[in-house]
Amino acid sequence: MAIDQVSVFIENREGRLAEVSRLLTAKGVNIRALSLADTADFGVLRLIVNDPASCAEALKGAGFVARTTEVIALGIEDQPGGLDAVLGFFAEHNVNVEYMYAFVEKTEGKAIVVFKTRDTAATEALAREKNIPILTGDMLAKL
Amino acid sequence: MSENEYLAREKMRALQQERLLNLVPRLYEKVAFYRKRMQEHRISPADIHSLNDITRLPFTTKDDMREVYPYGLLAVPLAEIEEIHTSSGTTGKVVVAAYTRNDLNIWGEVMGRTLAMGGVTEKDVVQNAYGYGLFTGGMGAHYGGQHIHATVIPISGGNTRRQLTFLQDFGSTALTCTPSYAIYLAEAAREAGLDPKSFSLKYGFFGAEPWSEGMRQEIERGLGIKAYDIYGLTEIIGPGVASECTEQNGMHVNEDHFYPEIINPDTGEALPDGEKGELVITTLSKTGTPLLRYRTRDITYLTRGTCPCGRTTVRMHRLFGRTDDMLIIRGVNVFPSQIEEVLLSFKMVEPHYQLIVDRKDSLDRLEVQVEMNEALFSDEVRNLEGIERRIESALASALLLHARVRLVEPKAIPRSEGKAVRIVDKRVL
Repeated sequence: MAIDQVSVFIENREGRLAEVSRLLTAKGVNIRALSLADTADFGVLRLIVNDPASCAEALKGAGFVARTTEVIALGIEDQPGGLDAVLGFFAEHNVNVEYMYAFVEKTEGKAIVVFKTRDTAATEALAREKNIPILTGDMLAKL
Repeated sequence: MSENEYLAREKMRALQQERLLNLVPRLYEKVAFYRKRMQEHRISPADIHSLNDITRLPFTTKDDMREVYPYGLLAVPLAEIEEIHTSSGTTGKVVVAAYTRNDLNIWGEVMGRTLAMGGVTEKDVVQNAYGYGLFTGGMGAHYGGQHIHATVIPISGGNTRRQLTFLQDFGSTALTCTPSYAIYLAEAAREAGLDPKSFSLKYGFFGAEPWSEGMRQEIERGLGIKAYDIYGLTEIIGPGVASECTEQNGMHVNEDHFYPEIINPDTGEALPDGEKGELVITTLSKTGTPLLRYRTRDITYLTRGTCPCGRTTVRMHRLFGRTDDMLIIRGVNVFPSQIEEVLLSFKMVEPHYQLIVDRKDSLDRLEVQVEMNEALFSDEVRNLEGIERRIESALASALLLHARVRLVEPKAIPRSEGKAVRIVDKRVL
């Protein structure tokens, strides 16, 4: 149930991010969610898109270093404490969250948050145990 | 001051010849490397009759010295060696210079001449801010100061605040350090609200890295002193090979000990005075690790004739550059090949890299740009930063120098048809 996130290495220089977005536009890629982690020298742009495999190929074809990584998207109660409950539960079970970011859109009244953890399968099992909705790639594509 | 600095040309040549004719059989007999090298060149000590015959002798290169590491060039038993220095380089690939008592005396004498040439006497206080250790700068200036009975403060490099305190409190009159550090000291003094001109400092002896007339003027203005260019290299003795007199018009080579030649670096043929080429030096009087026709890779030209200061020794021009791609960064010799070796020890790193050298606040900085590739890439920034740090620490232990590593996008480094452009030197000297 894990979904594929596309990550791409981007140097911190003017216009570089715009080149990525122009390329994705040209390829008809629809960005559902994104996060940018950066340092003084470079950034890693992480994207949830409708077709991760062809998006990664397009980026590589244009000379970028890109890859797909398994992450898990969870539906979280859209109210104060909703995220805290999930993170608290993860912490109790020693799930180490490497990073996370949220979708702008909601699904069935729930906020969608993308988690990257060390062990995606184990995290999925835990989410199922706790009845936290796990979103599939198809569900996200239809948003 | 030594009378050898004032010899008539024919007397100097007679002295050099006598020393060469003593050196060649000694090397043939005591150093297997040289015996083999001379045999390969079908030449024996008996073929060397005069100083002019020196051009028949084989050259020695830095690679030769590495090949016979550590003790392959010793011309005396180890028991007679009193001190060892090495030139900076990749671990296990350093060049070894071993000094006998005779060699240490020569070193003190020639570095004493260097300081005396600028005006230092027993009344002076020499603040020696060259690093003490394997680097020859510290000990060389130390022995030179002692040789002429000056007061030497072995403060070593760094610790700028203490340097400034000592300059004020100890009345140091002479400063020995790298030229870039001298500029840094002048800036640091002003930032601390001190007027360097209120110091007792009169002169400075700067070397171990490339510098220029522009930097000389900056140092002279900034510190209110005379700034002298000095030249040397570990293989030959360290500092003390050549230095400027108060005329500041070329460096007097201590040619009674270090016989200079200028050659065409491509053909090896000797070039006349005034023509630029590679400096080659034969150590005429050393006994520990004497060298025949050592190729310094430094480019300069020679001028003969009596200097207005009265000295008759041949002068070499301030260095014009090098015949190889060696970089000198904060006094440390760095070859791109050493960096490449470190980078390629990381399995996932590809051989696409570029070295960017610049100078900020008068200190050289080295940035190593490494191209990102799919094997290195991670979606987690800390993993990528971890790669940078790991490469940095491997470079630090190999080069003995901090270099900043920066990951760049693939193909960010220009490809070239022929030799890759590995070095971008932005330093304005």
